[in-house]
Formats: sequence, C-alpha cells, structure tokens
Amino acid sequence: MLQSFKLAIKAILSNKIRSLLTMLGIIIGVAAVIILVSIVSGYMGQMVKQFEEMGVNKITIFCRNMTTRHMDDNDMYSFWDEHPNLISGLSPSVSLSNAKVKSGNENLESTTIIGVSEDYLDIQKYKIEEGRGLVYADVAGRSSVCIVGAYVANTFYGSSDKAIEDSIKINGKPFSIVGVIETQDEDNFDEGGTDDFIWIPYTVATKMSRNGYINNYVLTSSDTDYTNEITTKLKEKLYNIFKNERLYNVTANSSIIKQLNEEIGTLTAMLAGIAGISLLVAGIGVMNIMLVSVTERTREIGIRKALGARQGVIMQQFVIEAAVTSTIGGIMGIAIGALATKSIGAMMEIEANPTIWAVILSFGVSVAIGLIFGYLPAKSAAKLNPIDALRTD
Amino acid sequence: MVAEAIEDKHMNTPLIEMKNEYKIYIMGTEQVYANDNINLKIYNGEFVAIVGKSGSGKSTLMNIIGALDKPTSGKYILNGRDTSTMTDDELADIRNQTIGFIFQQYNLLPKLTLLENVELPLLYAGVKASERRSRALSSLGRVGLKEKYSQYPNQLSGGQQQRVSIARALAGNPSLLLADEPTGALDSKTSREVLNFLKQLHSEGNTIVMITHDNSIALEAKRVVRIHDGKIIFDGDTEEYASKFQTSN
Repeated sequence: MLQSFKLAIKAILSNKIRSLLTMLGIIIGVAAVIILVSIVSGYMGQMVKQFEEMGVNKITIFCRNMTTRHMDDNDMYSFWDEHPNLISGLSPSVSLSNAKVKSGNENLESTTIIGVSEDYLDIQKYKIEEGRGLVYADVAGRSSVCIVGAYVANTFYGSSDKAIEDSIKINGKPFSIVGVIETQDEDNFDEGGTDDFIWIPYTVATKMSRNGYINNYVLTSSDTDYTNEITTKLKEKLYNIFKNERLYNVTANSSIIKQLNEEIGTLTAMLAGIAGISLLVAGIGVMNIMLVSVTERTREIGIRKALGARQGVIMQQFVIEAAVTSTIGGIMGIAIGALATKSIGAMMEIEANPTIWAVILSFGVSVAIGLIFGYLPAKSAAKLNPIDALRTD
Repeated sequence: MVAEAIEDKHMNTPLIEMKNEYKIYIMGTEQVYANDNINLKIYNGEFVAIVGKSGSGKSTLMNIIGALDKPTSGKYILNGRDTSTMTDDELADIRNQTIGFIFQQYNLLPKLTLLENVELPLLYAGVKASERRSRALSSLGRVGLKEKYSQYPNQLSGGQQQRVSIARALAGNPSLLLADEPTGALDSKTSREVLNFLKQLHSEGNTIVMITHDNSIALEAKRVVRIHDGKIIFDGDTEEYASKFQTSN
C-alpha cells in the first residue's frame, strides 16, 4: 500500500506537465463548486439576515373591515388574552396617509404617520434616543402625544433634545413630542426614508381616520416555534368573523424566511450541480490519462506480473495513482476556490466564506472521481497477459 | 521395498514434469501446434538448454515452464503442482515462489534503483522491508554490484544490467532459474562472463533452464533438449548432442 503511494507520486512527478493538465480539470471543477456555493450562500445569508432583523417572530394581519363584519382592537386584545403564552406583543397599525403635518410653519410632506400601541417599539426592535416611548396611559387616555423618528427631530428641530421640548401639528391638532427614536438607516436618512415617521397612540389615530376601523395589526410570538400555531388560530378567528378568506390575510415573517431558505437551497444545489458537471468532465480526463499511462507502461506491468504481482497489486497501483492525482487536484482546487471566494466576496461587499460542506463535498468528490475513473484503466492493466505485455516495447 | 519406493519417489520427484503437453493456437481457420505432445522431466540440480530455431516453439515452451501461460491440453506439473487449472493469481504466486526469470532484454524497471528492482519479487512475496533490503543487497553482492545499489539501470552497461537481472532472479531463492536467451543482447566477452556465472550458479546447486537458438551456447549446459516444429527431437547429454548437431546447427 505504502509502496503504491510512493510509486504513484513517482509516476506523477515523472510527468509533471501531463499530471498538472489532468489535475487542472479537477482544480477548476472544485474551485467552481466552492466559489459558486459560497458566494450564493453568503449573498442569500445576508438577505435572510435582513429579514431576521425585521423580526422573525413578527406576524402581520390585514383585514378589510366592513360595517357588518369587522375585527376591532378589543377582538385582537381578547385573542391575546386567550393565548397569553404564545404572544409577547400586539399593536394595531393605523396609518394616516392624508394627514397634514406641520412643524411651526413648515409642512412635512412625506412623513409616515401611524397610530400604534405601547408595544410597537419592541415589536419593531427600535430604541429610544431621547425621552420615552408610548405607554398604556397614552393609548387608553387618547393623549395627544407622539414619538418621532430621528430624521424628523434633526431636520425640523435641530436635535433630539430640542425636539422633545416641542410639539408638532397633525391636521391642525398639536401633539407634544415625548420621544425620539435612534437613527435606523444612516444611508437613507432622508425625506420619506426609514427615519421619517411619527407615531401616535392608535386610539387617537383611529378617531382621526376616515372610517374609524383598524385594518392592520402587528404582533410578535413569544417564540418562533409558536408562529405557526398563532397563524392558524388567527385565521380561524378571522374566518369566524369574516366568513370569507379573501377579506383578511395573516403573514408570518418566519414563513417568508423559511420559504427564502428553501429557495436558497434549491439554487445552491442547482449551481453545485452545474459545477459538478465540470467535475465529471474532469473525471473523464483522469480516466483518459490513466488509459494512456497503462498503455505506455504495458511492459512494466508485464515485468511486474512475471515477477509475481497479483492482479490486485497492479490494480491498486493504478487506482492509487489516479486517486492521488485527483486528490492533489482537489486540494489545489479548494485552496484556489477559498482564496477566490474571499476576494470575490470582498469585491461584492458580502461576507462570503467557503462553506465547510462545500469543501468536504468537493474534496470527497475529487477523491471519488480518482477511484471511479481510475478503476477501469486499472482493471485493464491488471488483466494484461504477462506474455503479451513483455513482448511490447 | 515400500520404504525404498518412498525414498525413490522423494529423491526422484522431478521439479518440472510435462505429460502430453500441447499448446495450440488458432490462426484464422488453421490450428497451429506450437507445442506438439511434449513429454519432459527436469530434476533439481540440472542445467538444461532448450534449443531450437525461431518458430520452433521453444518460446511457447518457456512460457509454459515459466508459468506465464497454460497448456491447451496435457499436464504441466511444477514443483509438484499442476498449473493447468490455476487462476491468474495462483500462477503469479507460483512464479513468484519458484521461478527466477532472466530475460534477454534484462527487463529492469528504468525508474527504480537497482536495489528496488532486485527487491521486487520479495515485495510481491510479502517479505517485510528490512529483510527485503538485506536480501536484495546480498543478492546484488553475489553478482558483484552491491556498491551500485542506488544507481539506475540506464547508468549501467548491458552486461551489468544482465547481472542485476540475475540478482533479481536469485533474490527470491527460487527452485528454478529460467533464462530466456540470456546472452542474446550481449557481446561475446560479456556473454562468456554471464555463461560462466550461470555455470557457477549451477555448481552451487541451482537448477537452470536456459532457452537459446544458439547451439554453441546450448553446449555450455549439461543437458540439451532440441525443439523442432513443436516437438522434442533430441533430449540427452551435451556430448551426445554435440556429436549429432554441432555441424548441422
């Protein structure tokens, strides 16, 4: 066995250019698998991460309320009371899209105004920079208070601490600013951006809105495992109210992420498959070279057999030679693939790391290629008749 | 009487025994009798030359004696074992254990050192590395090339290469040395050296079968078997052979 390895390395070294060309197919194939799989999973991983930052436990509910059939905040809160362990936070979301907002004499044209509950801050995973968030008393007492985004505070009041001493007018009604939220997105710190918003108690917003119904709710499950259960129960409850599935919609973020992950899996497997074809071609290259090698060394095989080498010994020698060739190619491919992944990842500004399973898989595949495609030539070598083999020059 | 028979059997069991051996090749529609009813016994300690012209069937005979090939019909018993029913691997084992080959073209492996070349039969016999090395070195010593053990075959002259191939044949301590035209590629001076060495090996008790087309070489042996058209036409001692065939060749 050891002898066979020594012989294999000797044979590879004695024909360096040929061995390198044979390996090249494997090197390219393995590097391609690693680069494609790592870049795609790095890129998709980033997308999943963005979704997760929005909250894996978040469930949004939309309903098309009518005078005869509707879901109000009492219904929602009683749903929470029925399942206290499953739900950790709930907030209606009432958007006032046509409201006129004024800070002093300036109009705020693109600011988003929504009516929310005291849980909304935690649901969004936002943090207060200055002042306080909404409290139950604000909601229950329909207080004219508001929380503003960092863009509103900075642009119209100069800074957060100046903003909380001031107030803002919505449809002519003054709301005192009690809290400012930390900047969420520095790259989009602009009009209509993520930080250009005002939150008011939903009870106030409902009164100000045209039809007085709450169409949207957001809630968070206390654990991601509960999201399915909550979704099912919500749908049951909504069906009992609306009697028509088209009038409501429940979406869990976790199911979106799950779906995304499944798509990533499919895409990765597809790309790996395409790269795998190049490995197959490389394997045929290995087989071709091994067949040439057997033909060239017919005399050597004849001598070895005459001196008492059994078929298995000859076979082992050639299979090991093929396996060593493709394994060296595989290792080189992994090194090149890993380096290329790092530099391409840096260029694309994503965190791409050669995934362990891609490395293990491509290494395994390259060893297997040597064994499988080396088998046939080795078999033909082992079966050579020593007399015929000795006769050739 | 019984004891005598057993002793007789023990003493006189031939190393090589051929009974009604045929080797028939099919060439198109024609059957070619390369070996045509060969009956031959060779005992331990003999030095036999098998002589014949090209196409006489002597190479076929040598392949069968060397267990490189199997007879079409008849029996070939080597060292008490019938080779005609053996598998490829069994033939490999019996070659490894009982036969030391000396080829016309030396047949050394060019990418191996002399030591590695001589170690080969021991390697296939499963001898462990340290013993392999010492046995191969002493075998190289017998042919006077011990100091060159780390050199490669192409660094040596033809005569030296043939000596390495003899060392390789001796390494496994085989029952039979089978030499196929051992001087065919050598000049007359080195031919003489090789022949003298084979004679010396014979005098040390080795059994040698030498295949040649050259009558003058055949005369160096103790016994001559002449093949013609696949048949044995002479089998006897060298003096008798000389008187009959030397002039006609």
